[in-house]
Amino acid sequence: MDEYKTLYLSSKDSVAVALSELPAQADVILKADEYELGITILEPIRFGHKFAVKAIRQGDDIIKYGEVIGAAVTDIPAGAHVHVHNLEGKRGRGDKIAK
Amino acid sequence: MLNEKMQFWGYRRPDGRVGVRNHVLILPTITCATQTAQRVTELVSGTVTFIHQHGCAQVGTDYDQTARTYAGFGMNPNVYGVIVLGLGCETHQAHRIGDEIAKCGKPVETISIQDHGGTLQTIAEVAKIAVRMVQDASMVQRELCDFSELIVGTECGGSDACSGLSANPAVGRTSDMIVEQGGTAILAETTELIGAEHLLAKRAANDQVAKKAYAVIKMMENRSIEMGVDIRTGNPSPGNIEGGLSSLEEKSLGASTKSGTTRLEEVIDYAQQPTKKGLVWMDTPGHDIEQLTGMVAGGAQIVLFTSGRGTPTGSPIAPVIKISTNTPMFDRMNENMDLNAGTIVDGEETVGEVGMRIMDEIKSVSNGKLTKSEILKQHDFGIWRIGPTF
Repeated sequence: MDEYKTLYLSSKDSVAVALSELPAQADVILKADEYELGITILEPIRFGHKFAVKAIRQGDDIIKYGEVIGAAVTDIPAGAHVHVHNLEGKRGRGDKIAK
Repeated sequence: MLNEKMQFWGYRRPDGRVGVRNHVLILPTITCATQTAQRVTELVSGTVTFIHQHGCAQVGTDYDQTARTYAGFGMNPNVYGVIVLGLGCETHQAHRIGDEIAKCGKPVETISIQDHGGTLQTIAEVAKIAVRMVQDASMVQRELCDFSELIVGTECGGSDACSGLSANPAVGRTSDMIVEQGGTAILAETTELIGAEHLLAKRAANDQVAKKAYAVIKMMENRSIEMGVDIRTGNPSPGNIEGGLSSLEEKSLGASTKSGTTRLEEVIDYAQQPTKKGLVWMDTPGHDIEQLTGMVAGGAQIVLFTSGRGTPTGSPIAPVIKISTNTPMFDRMNENMDLNAGTIVDGEETVGEVGMRIMDEIKSVSNGKLTKSEILKQHDFGIWRIGPTF
């Protein structure tokens, strides 16, 4: 398990960062603020990309650094890749203003 | 943190400010004069200039901002003297910019191409003045100065998911150390603070500063809202997304760590000189060259630039120390990058250790060590235009 490097910044976070290439089915242990949990990665996660550390419901805020980084576009299971396909920014959304 | 007072060898200017470089700047106030200025720098060693597309058919606050940027660039203490070069008929009249720069007491000459009968005679005239100015500049001796006289700009460009984990927090430590030494650190790129403004406002020196922090964020965010677009179509950029950043808020939370932990003393306008020491937020866009130009025009003698994707960026008058967020890019683009903070992600160094290493590099570069972008003559310049061209 130690061969995979990850970073889980805060126990409030719903995502963690891969600091090495993570293959599908990789088991990773995450620790933050004396909180520890084990996750099985569902799909390959590239260096620097994020994965869900718990199930996230569609519309829920996604948290990293203990702060909101966007909202889930779909339901996201724990261990799934979290990126622009299932996370949308909430700020600067001129496209969402009714004209 | 440091206990000892840090010093460097700098060039004292007539207005009391200190430079870490001793350039003669040929400052073209209009795009039409940039090629002529370029020719002079090819003839006369010790001179620098830059290419740009501004200086005419500008009005109102957009005119003011461009004028402030030109004048600030000329007044930057890294510049010994300035030859302001105009065409003659442009809105940004060379003599007005020249008069503004001359207020700080340094040598300033103003020349216009139309008054000198064309390109070739202007080149000869500017070159003659430049020869004299470069020789005068070469006789200025460096003297021992305190770090409290430094204004250090900070920025990130070509960010990746490591930016907020390695290089940006390390620059944050450096920023804290600069402030502790009594100096000034500039945080910029308002766009890339959208989503992190509440954290910065909490650190504001007073209510007014906090209000201005929220106000500049709102103005920047409203630009995308008025255009009816998702800001993510432009920022984060394709390279940021490739590197693992999914939203502007995520990028911003990483970018804001460059500010360290000290009190936010003031929020200033683009290309404005800070009126306070300590941590200062300059309202700039996220565009790498535009924010760099704004900070240098505001008086920054040195800029720290973190990058995950890699960049050649440099300024004609200020050394830019480029810091890699990850080791593979530092190795791949070594000719462009000065320091590696990827060691934090590799588990080899702490954020504090890299912050100290950046501080040591600031000292070396202030004393004269050339950065990669200076050696490669990367003379970038770009003004944040806030109005249309007429």
